[in-house]
Amino acid sequence: MGLTQMDVTVDELKHLVSDRVLQGETMLLNMGPQHPSTHGVLRLLLELDGEKVVNCIPDIGFLHTGIEKNMEAKNYTQAIVMTDRMDYLNTMGNVLVYVLAIEKLVDLDVPVRAQVIRVILTELQRIASHLVWLGTHALDLAAMSVFLYCFRERERILDVLEMCSGQRMMTSYFRPGGLWRDVPPEFEPAVRSILELMPGRIAQYEALLTDNPLWIDRTRKIGVISGPEALRAGLTGPSLRGSGVAWDLRKAQPYCGYEHYEFDIPVGSNGDVYDRYRCRMEEMRQSLRIVDQALRKLPSGPVQSNNRKFVPPPRSELGESMEALIHHFKLWTEGFSAPAGSVFVAVESPRGELGCFLEGDGGPKPHRVHFRTPSFANLQALPQLSRGHLVADLVGIIGSLDIVLGDVDR
Amino acid sequence: MNHVDKAVEALRTALGTAIASVDVFRGETTVELGRESLLAAVRRLHDDAELDFNFLAALTATDRWPEEPRFSVVYQLYSFKHNVFLGLRARLPGDSAEIDSLEPVFPAANWHEREVFDLFGITFRGHSDLRRILLPYDWVGHPLRKDQPQGYEEVQFTFNYDEIDRRKPYARE
Repeated sequence: MGLTQMDVTVDELKHLVSDRVLQGETMLLNMGPQHPSTHGVLRLLLELDGEKVVNCIPDIGFLHTGIEKNMEAKNYTQAIVMTDRMDYLNTMGNVLVYVLAIEKLVDLDVPVRAQVIRVILTELQRIASHLVWLGTHALDLAAMSVFLYCFRERERILDVLEMCSGQRMMTSYFRPGGLWRDVPPEFEPAVRSILELMPGRIAQYEALLTDNPLWIDRTRKIGVISGPEALRAGLTGPSLRGSGVAWDLRKAQPYCGYEHYEFDIPVGSNGDVYDRYRCRMEEMRQSLRIVDQALRKLPSGPVQSNNRKFVPPPRSELGESMEALIHHFKLWTEGFSAPAGSVFVAVESPRGELGCFLEGDGGPKPHRVHFRTPSFANLQALPQLSRGHLVADLVGIIGSLDIVLGDVDR
Repeated sequence: MNHVDKAVEALRTALGTAIASVDVFRGETTVELGRESLLAAVRRLHDDAELDFNFLAALTATDRWPEEPRFSVVYQLYSFKHNVFLGLRARLPGDSAEIDSLEPVFPAANWHEREVFDLFGITFRGHSDLRRILLPYDWVGHPLRKDQPQGYEEVQFTFNYDEIDRRKPYARE
């Protein structure tokens, strides 16, 4: 980025900074786009008075890949692989919301076993995502060892995702009408061992941080936002619940049978970085509770809908049934068509409300897909949260919002 | 009467003919209304303590070019108290793609409207900071419009050279 661009930017942003910049009293400073604590490519233009943040202007889009446009050129099934690449720490959740939107649009049923496996995997993914958040957040605030422990346990979860889908991260495991295939026999023991391991490990992380005076100094009363303000700012997920608003889409608008599981919504009270931290830690325990209940009641049965207009027939039927062959051919060449109309589905991602607006036009390709991503909406509150804090605290505030830049820019 | 019906009824009495249609699809209610009455409708839904739609869950646009009016701006409002979603839709013609900004009611609309402005070229009147957000500031064109090519270069023949040349997104100074 050359000087010329900087000149243009200052001119363009005149209405966003205070007059003191023009007097030379405050300083404009670029943070990012390749700063390690921004967790990706986020550029913040800071107006600083000494070390105090007067204004913070986020500049995003460095990771924009035009996913929404590209999905319009693919059929409904092909477009699934693009959703993985938005929020790369929550691939299961992204695919889930897209697949739920398709299922709502074409009115497709999902067998119970597939729904329970979906719940297990998205909850495991939530824990994995929170582990990355915890590790990097602590690393930003200079606690190195937490990062190593978190990534050690995350690997166990990614192993489970790999044994189901063949991929550690870009899973594309959920399909309209169910799953790509059933889970392997070693799935249950592997999940069970994670369930046994994790409570002790979460207690270890908490032992390192929760009562640590250094950690408390860096996080308490930093980036405070009240409940009503957080709502106005559009925050969702743990960032909202840290301010005491108990809103979780898994409870409010249950999907995939979440109404059958028993779990609590952890909420904070002060709305600062520390409370958001406590919320996410407790959420990991609640996710373990859900996985445990789901694993106990995991029924046997098919993992794909029997509706052959949308779900390809099993390989074994192709040699015997002409209809199966026709369906196979239609689904893998043209794809299925969805009616003209639009639906909006929202799920609770580890970061907040992940919404999918899907509009069909009667053909096999989506006419418009829009993802209302939680990172995008939450990042919007950053200027409000960081005003008046030190630059060093800004790092903690960014971490406490838990943004993923792939999710922000899409 | 459930809460969504109540909200639709309240909008009908308040706005009358400005409501073009009420569409129920897969259990979702979407109210289509004229763009001039959008802000009034949202204010009513937000401020009325009984309706209490206090959260903007999503805001986006669609394009059905070459039909006119080509753009729709789509809003999803949510009520925490009543736990329901309500969709709003306003159609805009291609030659005057403008609509009121929701920022006075929902400050969180700021970035969502910038995104729609960036990718569709729809102007939001009264927006405090309407700049491109995802694309570089010197980008030419609005990629989510249906008349923007998917990234490939269209083959120009003698018979359609000028026609394609006219809308070809060159990098301009």
